[in-house]
Amino acid sequence: MSAASVKPEALSVLDRPNSYIGKTVPRPNLERLMQGRGLYVSDMELPRMAHVVFLRSPHAHAKIINIDADAAKRSKGVVAVVTGNELAAVITPWVGVLSHLKGLKSAPQSAVAIDRVCWQGEAVAAIVATSRAVAEDAAEIVAVEYEELEAVTDMRTALDPATPVIHPPLGDNLAFERNFDAGAVDQAFAESDEVIEADFIFGRHTGVTLEPRAVVADWNTAEARLTIYQGTQAPHMVQNLAALHLGLEEAQVRVVCKDVGGSFGIKVHIYADEMATYALAKLLRRPIKFVADRVESFNTDIHARDHRCKGKIGVKRDGTITAFEIDDLTGIGPYSMYPRTSAIEANQVVNLIGGPYVSKNYRARARVVFQNKNVMCQYRAVGHPIACSVTEGLVDLAAMKIGMDPVEIRRRNLIPDNGYPCAAPSGLRFELLSHHASLNKLIAMMDYDALRAEQAALRQKNIHRGIGIASFIEVTNPSAAFYGVGGAKISSQDGVAVRMDATGAIICQTSITEQGQGSESLTAQIVGSVLGVSMQRVRVFLGDTDNTPYGGGTWASRGAGIGGEAALQAAKILRKNILEVAAVILQSSPAELDIANNSIVNASDGASRIPLNELARIVYFRPDTLPPGIQPELMATRHFVPRDYPFAFTNGVQASWLEVDTDTGFIKLLKHWVVEDCGTIINPQLVDEQIRGGVVQGLGAALFEKCIYDERGQLTNANMADYLVPMSGEMPDIDVGHVVSPTSETELGAKGAGEAGTAGAAAAVANAVNDALRPFGATITEIPLTPQVVLTALGRI
Amino acid sequence: MPISLEVNGERVDAQVLPRQNLADFLREHLQLTGTHVGCEHGVCGACTVRVNGDIVRSCLMLAVQTHNASVETIEGLSDSGEIVDLQAAFRDRNALQCGFCTPGMLMAAQDLLQLEPEPDRDRIREHLSGNYCRCTGYQAIIDAIETTARSRMGRNA
Repeated sequence: MSAASVKPEALSVLDRPNSYIGKTVPRPNLERLMQGRGLYVSDMELPRMAHVVFLRSPHAHAKIINIDADAAKRSKGVVAVVTGNELAAVITPWVGVLSHLKGLKSAPQSAVAIDRVCWQGEAVAAIVATSRAVAEDAAEIVAVEYEELEAVTDMRTALDPATPVIHPPLGDNLAFERNFDAGAVDQAFAESDEVIEADFIFGRHTGVTLEPRAVVADWNTAEARLTIYQGTQAPHMVQNLAALHLGLEEAQVRVVCKDVGGSFGIKVHIYADEMATYALAKLLRRPIKFVADRVESFNTDIHARDHRCKGKIGVKRDGTITAFEIDDLTGIGPYSMYPRTSAIEANQVVNLIGGPYVSKNYRARARVVFQNKNVMCQYRAVGHPIACSVTEGLVDLAAMKIGMDPVEIRRRNLIPDNGYPCAAPSGLRFELLSHHASLNKLIAMMDYDALRAEQAALRQKNIHRGIGIASFIEVTNPSAAFYGVGGAKISSQDGVAVRMDATGAIICQTSITEQGQGSESLTAQIVGSVLGVSMQRVRVFLGDTDNTPYGGGTWASRGAGIGGEAALQAAKILRKNILEVAAVILQSSPAELDIANNSIVNASDGASRIPLNELARIVYFRPDTLPPGIQPELMATRHFVPRDYPFAFTNGVQASWLEVDTDTGFIKLLKHWVVEDCGTIINPQLVDEQIRGGVVQGLGAALFEKCIYDERGQLTNANMADYLVPMSGEMPDIDVGHVVSPTSETELGAKGAGEAGTAGAAAAVANAVNDALRPFGATITEIPLTPQVVLTALGRI
Repeated sequence: MPISLEVNGERVDAQVLPRQNLADFLREHLQLTGTHVGCEHGVCGACTVRVNGDIVRSCLMLAVQTHNASVETIEGLSDSGEIVDLQAAFRDRNALQCGFCTPGMLMAAQDLLQLEPEPDRDRIREHLSGNYCRCTGYQAIIDAIETTARSRMGRNA
């Protein structure tokens, strides 16, 4: 379709000439990051700024008998040593519950522990000094007397009557339980030819953002205003909670977020030490900086995924899956995290199990228990890797039992591509997914039959390679159903303001945030495309509660789908306003005009009529030349929130090709494929890189990453040398393909892509390992798949 | 202790505590914050800089050890134009997301390309095995370095 032949209003952003939608264009913010000229919070310095170091509990559970800070307070350069009780005068405690998670309970948590510590790493005192080194020195001479209490560490015994209750007023260690039963599960199992059960074990792991959590809080007592510089995914959420707990109005708190050195869900929460830093700034009336060191990161950044899930699947000989059943148990540490709570992951597991498949018979129980370990909460692809590993692991076990190829059993049970709209077994609604098209594309990309032949040939040579397939669904574009309905003031809508300045350049302010995904780029691409302005003339501002519209930020794969749609709608209004002014200046009508290449052009033949900079000059400096009554409005703001569907589900499928060394237990990843469907693709390269990065985080969980606690609740590998993450040498090349099923809820049609990679990677690897080990009769349903786990399964150790 | 050294071609005279590491000296004394600190124990590679032509972990070297040495950071390599092609390849391939590892990655990559003009993908992966990236999954970084190597050899990517 040519732009010249239709009215500009009728054009979609997708088919405009010179559109940036669907194009790979470089992100505008890369240069400063590559030249070392970014501004991360850890780089910031303010006048009179002091540094806080937290003295942290060495015990998993203990009473604080006494804190002697006299010597520390006398140390040169020390500004203050502040205990939990002293800080409580400035900041109130919080309880991490949401009303829509019925029955979820937790105990009040303080910024710095008062009287008792509940995990190894909980802060017991804040030491503020002129430099971090001085504060660390002083922390060493603060004497804390503890009385150790019995630590609750094993989730399996947390609910036993003999186990101490961590928070006695709560009555027991059960934070949350959800039971779900749909269809006729018992009957379905009874009518199955085979019923297979397995226990799935998921290691506790964490995000390991390369820049640790960092915050600079600056209380200006004369203005009575707190400015918080923080690497956060959700600035308005931080503003709301800081104000709430410091007894301020929201207008008294500004949150600024510059460059962020990795987030992955780690930086979407509010941590006790961050709250303490805000409070210290107010208490001490000066800027306070907190940057976690790496040991602190491991001990206090949220952990995730520590689940043990019993799974059960029924199958008929023709491959029909009859039912799924799970019993999931997870230990979340001593508190439900604030404000998003630590019940969401288990809740998601219940929501997502069996999601790609037709079977509607499904029963689930999920229990969330307290322990004396670090807190657990939402990390990239919340619940998805667990649900996908259990579902896809069970499907493969069923296929193996009835002697069916893993691809074939999926073909027979995945929801047909023409079967939408429909609902998951758990009731969540799907607008439009493409499981079969995705699987077909994947099979072609990986040349499945050739790979099977290669596998068989290598087996003759005692080389054991495996192929693993994992279909998945992904929750994206969350509406208020995620947090808002539970009472959390976490916005599910986002806003974008777009204006044309006096030179014809475009300035955009958006409430979504950037941590490397490409929020800045996708906003500029959308706005530039709608307006007919080159991206170089579009500047995007984000991460500042004083200077952006109100919104949720970037998490749960919502930036492109929600923030992108707000940008599109705002740009459409500005475009309309520009064309109305242009029509007046050119004595034409808006319908006869278009904007292309930074100029007003004829809609009919594309001939340039007036450059935008000239139009802007007239509007801003010579409005006297416009007819009476004409008041140009070269700024527009629009907000967007999904209303039709609580979540825009996406789908995809992954495959892993790997080799298991049955002598050493080492697994070598040879190749990985992903086909996913995130609807409209704004920037193919950015989507592919989100997928690849997500896959590698999932591969880390599959093979390496685990927070190893001993029975006393001591984290034994809290450093980067002992906690293994994927390195370049171990990672395979990853081929990414797409199927495009846009959501019709927005004009843009984009769904999220941030978590698809992480959702299915571990399941694909685990299935591939079991495929490789098939000649040995060994099945593993535990990650990480360390050499020890592999050799144990093989009976070698 | 007094030290005198060259940083990005400029002479620097400073008083430093004996215990201060080079990373903190660059970041806090000289405000060269492109050198990042990720782990403070020599594992993650974010603090990689060049000292007398060799790449080192600036968190594992004391500032006093650089007395009379020549130190080059990402800001220096950027301003001199030495890695402008490598940076362009990173940009075109979106070989960075949050960018926190990137200065160290670029330092390590340039080091490899100086040692070996035409490394294969496995060799690139091996050379970067001391540099953590949590965002990209590494493939784009490998691609960008491979492209740069080829174009420096006078061939198209």
